[in-house]
Amino acid sequence: MLQGWVQIAIFIAVLVALVKPVGIYMARVFTNQRVFLSPVVGPIERLTYRVMRVRPDEGQDWKGYARSLIVFSLLFWIALYLILRTQGIQPFNPQGFHSGPWDLSFNTSSSFITNTNWQYYGGETTLTYFAQMAGLAVQNFVSAAVGITVVVALIRGIVARSGREIGNFWQDMIRTLFYILLPVSIVGALFLVSQGVIQNLSHYTVIHTLVGGTQTLAQGPVASQEVIKELGTNGGGFFNVNSAMPFENPSGLTNFFELLLILVIPAGLTYTYGRMVGRQRQGWAIFSAMLILFVAGVIVVYIAEQHGTPAQHAAGLHTHAFDGSTGGNMEGKEQRFGIASSSLWSAVTTVTSCGAVNAALESLTGLGGAVPFANLGFSEVIFGGVGAGLYSMLLYVILAVFIGGLMVGRTPEYLGKKIQAREIKLVALGTLFTPLAVLLSAGVASATTLGKRSLFAGVNPQGFSETLYAYLSQANNNGSAFAGYTGFIQPHAPGNVGSHGISFADLLGGAVMVSARFIPILFALAIAGALAGKKVSPAGLGTMRTDNPTFVFLLIGVVILVGALTFFPALLLGPFAQSLTARLF
Amino acid sequence: MRKDLLTSLIGVIVLTVFFGLAYPLAITGIAQLVFPGRANGSKVSVDGEVVGSSLIGQSFSRPVIGRNGKPKLDEEGEEVLAPDKRYFQPRPSATGYAPDLTYFSNLGPNSVEAREAVREYLAAYVALEKPFDHSLTKDEVPVDAVTESASGVDPHISEANARIQAHRIAAVRRLPLAKVEDLISAHTDGRFLGLLGEPGVNVLELNIDLDREAPLK
Repeated sequence: MLQGWVQIAIFIAVLVALVKPVGIYMARVFTNQRVFLSPVVGPIERLTYRVMRVRPDEGQDWKGYARSLIVFSLLFWIALYLILRTQGIQPFNPQGFHSGPWDLSFNTSSSFITNTNWQYYGGETTLTYFAQMAGLAVQNFVSAAVGITVVVALIRGIVARSGREIGNFWQDMIRTLFYILLPVSIVGALFLVSQGVIQNLSHYTVIHTLVGGTQTLAQGPVASQEVIKELGTNGGGFFNVNSAMPFENPSGLTNFFELLLILVIPAGLTYTYGRMVGRQRQGWAIFSAMLILFVAGVIVVYIAEQHGTPAQHAAGLHTHAFDGSTGGNMEGKEQRFGIASSSLWSAVTTVTSCGAVNAALESLTGLGGAVPFANLGFSEVIFGGVGAGLYSMLLYVILAVFIGGLMVGRTPEYLGKKIQAREIKLVALGTLFTPLAVLLSAGVASATTLGKRSLFAGVNPQGFSETLYAYLSQANNNGSAFAGYTGFIQPHAPGNVGSHGISFADLLGGAVMVSARFIPILFALAIAGALAGKKVSPAGLGTMRTDNPTFVFLLIGVVILVGALTFFPALLLGPFAQSLTARLF
Repeated sequence: MRKDLLTSLIGVIVLTVFFGLAYPLAITGIAQLVFPGRANGSKVSVDGEVVGSSLIGQSFSRPVIGRNGKPKLDEEGEEVLAPDKRYFQPRPSATGYAPDLTYFSNLGPNSVEAREAVREYLAAYVALEKPFDHSLTKDEVPVDAVTESASGVDPHISEANARIQAHRIAAVRRLPLAKVEDLISAHTDGRFLGLLGEPGVNVLELNIDLDREAPLK
């Protein structure tokens, strides 16, 4: 186990080291300063403004910003839906795939437009290379950029000395795409190819195996999509088994690299935040709260997974580690990642809204599986999705300031701005909308016969976990799954093998993803607008500090409190029930 | 509003062309030029014939031939497969080692099916290896040997798993055990810089080398 802890420690150390340089770079991008890529990217940026008829110097108030964002996302939703519906006439379709059923396309469009990447389909059995590249991978870029614009706007609202403008959506989006996401993707994709991730447009290759059988090697433009899938915390795999597939993630090194890609922007943004508000300690305080919650989760998963499962012990398997064997729960895990890298991955992709998997979440131990649940239950504020994590966390910060203010009996202030009734109302709605969407949809799915068809694990804690997790994941725009949900193949679904269409789950899930993405975004932008107009009052002796350890722990407390109050009863029925018993179901 | 619509419409087209076609096609072009082998799936050949990918695990089982000389079928009409004793065996797979139709076993931690699956794999593993490694007991079977991998095409087995199978290979192929163990070490992919990931023995590469060292008649 020591070796595993060392790997985890190295990962955290490298991540912490990256926070400052990445944070500075992004801060320069968002404040329209020159960066080292400006000579190359600048001309492309200006050309894009001209073609799209954007006037980048034109500031928008929160409503204008929100309107641009919504209209843009809506049109892209339509475009993606059309791409998914017209697979039969597309180029780059060597396998001759047809379109999946309409309800599946509805779900998938909603999923990728919202940075969720929940997948009711298996990529290699369903989608043309064209749909993967021009449909899904484009959204991996764009939906990530949209998330980042929101937090940039919110920061501007917090910083603004007066006035109502919170930046220009188009400029923020385009600069994020071209200065941040694209350069890293180009370098990262080529690195991944050099390590074995495939990148081609070929027909699947049928080969004759050594013992005389046949095997069909799936192909495709994987690396270019893999890199942005991680960097943009999207998580939708080219293949059905996502980053467990060696063609997506062939070694311990690529695994480490992909994990860094996932966390680098969400972690770096905390530094960007500190820099943009002019108080670096504020950024570190938020980073610390996130890091503490993250590390706690990693420790729990790793220890739990190393222990093995009740089913394995009941079968007489010894799950201890010894020389040459990882030991632990290797069900649904890959040998090259072992227990440590799989556990780390499961924590990283559920604290962020990435949702990629390199091991089957459903096969985690009861306690190990409770960690993804908890991470999602905290509404993806522990690093979270690119942009989305920080803007959601900032709502919790304001909530913590408010609660702290009540405790000491003073008007709550954050960075010199008074937090008043309007802000707190918006914060409450913004933080509670997603949990509410989860509980309502999971409740409907569990309680009605429509949802029951999806319980492939049967009527037991695991079956309930599957359902609850499905809606937790979709509402939090995460996209990982206890993948038994809806089973694997719908034998009677039209389209190709692997396009699993259960209309109820498709439609409810799609609606949940869209509403739980854009409604909190509107609240976050409204808060940006409300704060932008406020005067800054100088800090006095009685001002509560928001950059010291006390506040870090207050913030952690608020996050845990809200999550626990909302989800504790539901979690007891699923993962906790299983981790507390050795009984088999 | 109208301006937003127009900008969005142009944006959808421009960004789709740029990020959806120009970017992946450019990456494909460079990848094909600089890393053609890797970009096309790290295929491995024997005598000029592609036999698999070094990154993708494959089955080393054959159909069992019944008394009538035809492959034996189970109740569902599927061919019954048995491990080929002359080869190292990969980890169990939920998908029958299909890289074009991947899925997880999705067996839960407290599931009865998971217990049954592990029980069966454990019994089969011991039955296969014990005749050649007399001291082998159930307690020494490494976990990777009796649990289904995530991808269904895990190319690796653990070193402990390979060491147990080495006894069978040495006996069947009439090779010194030390020689087989050397081959195992030669095909063990270690941790990156000794730090990242877990070591694993690449089953396909090892078996190819085995055929080269001790050809089948």
